[in-house]
Amino acid sequence: MASIAQEFTKGFWKEIPPFRLVLGICAALAVTKSLVDGFGMGIALIFVLVCSNIIISMLRKVIPKKVRLACYIVIIATFVVIVELITQAYVYSLYEALGIFIPLIVVNCIILGRAEAFASKKSVLRSALDGLGIGAGYTLALVFLGALREILGRGTLFAGSQYVINLFGPSFKPYAFMVEAPGAFVCLGLLLGIMNVLGD
Amino acid sequence: MKEYIEYIKMIVVLSTISAVCGFGLAAISAFTKERIEEQKLLNVEGPTVKKILAGSTNDLIKDRKEIVINKQKYIVFIGKKNGAPWALAYTTDGTGFGGEMSVMIGFDLINDTLAGVGITSHKETPGVGSRVTEDSFTKTFKDKGLNAVFKIKADGGVIDAVTGATVSSRGVCGAVQKGVPLYQDIKKQVLK
Repeated sequence: MASIAQEFTKGFWKEIPPFRLVLGICAALAVTKSLVDGFGMGIALIFVLVCSNIIISMLRKVIPKKVRLACYIVIIATFVVIVELITQAYVYSLYEALGIFIPLIVVNCIILGRAEAFASKKSVLRSALDGLGIGAGYTLALVFLGALREILGRGTLFAGSQYVINLFGPSFKPYAFMVEAPGAFVCLGLLLGIMNVLGD
Repeated sequence: MKEYIEYIKMIVVLSTISAVCGFGLAAISAFTKERIEEQKLLNVEGPTVKKILAGSTNDLIKDRKEIVINKQKYIVFIGKKNGAPWALAYTTDGTGFGGEMSVMIGFDLINDTLAGVGITSHKETPGVGSRVTEDSFTKTFKDKGLNAVFKIKADGGVIDAVTGATVSSRGVCGAVQKGVPLYQDIKKQVLK
């Protein structure tokens, strides 16, 4: 059995969701137009993942096997709506930037995957750490992807926050392809390739 | 018998989880409702109101009133200078090239003229129809009397259409035509 610390750290490299498990790609491609958007999405996902993992792990002996998926989805959807309401009330600019991808966290396979494969079998503490680790890994990946695309596609960092840095000065012609959808695929593909070359 | 107990257990567990989640969400929704409404006004309509009613010294978002005319609800923003209302603004809609557009119209209460016009949301073609949101077009409405013909010049009115965006310009004019006749009623209710 893996040690408690490993439950947390595996999300950063061995099971980092978009690159190793190749899960949660839809949101990863869509919201990583900038570092700030990617980070916001990551935080929203960490919240949902940790909370749903904890609740599902707590109820794992109560939930009958035949209706377990329905129960998981109800629990996950509840936390997603909570995130949606809270971002709308307190960080409206992020809510506008992420748009439809907040409600779509419900069908993000990372969350249902962790619920089914992990939280439904392990203790509450381990499930919480698992959620935190996988969520943090996902956030890390989105931030990295967002930063890469933002630097190449806009020549800035931290756009959308008050700490915008203009990296290359006014003569820089942004490589706008990188902030479009095809640029997201190219970026993700190259990063996946690099991860595979580096290996375990 | 054992089967039935299992069925009942499934129903009870799923229903209980759903009910608890439902109540929880209702509570959070009630808690955040007011703030969400405020944020929406602040982010969608706020920047336009501030531009149209520039020079006001009050909090425009806070000093708003809901007024019902012909069973339709209008959110009216009131601009004040030194405590006395000098202008108001509300939103109507028109149809542009890409569909519905929301146009906010500001009125000067003292001279009974237009204080300004701003587009709060639209679906016009970026770079073509979307140019009606620019100041160079919206400023042509400013300071016009309420009896002016709010049509583009090609249709016999007083407004210069944006070149290449005739339909979008008509859409804005349509919204203004719709909004102006309501002004006297709304003014009465606001100043009451």
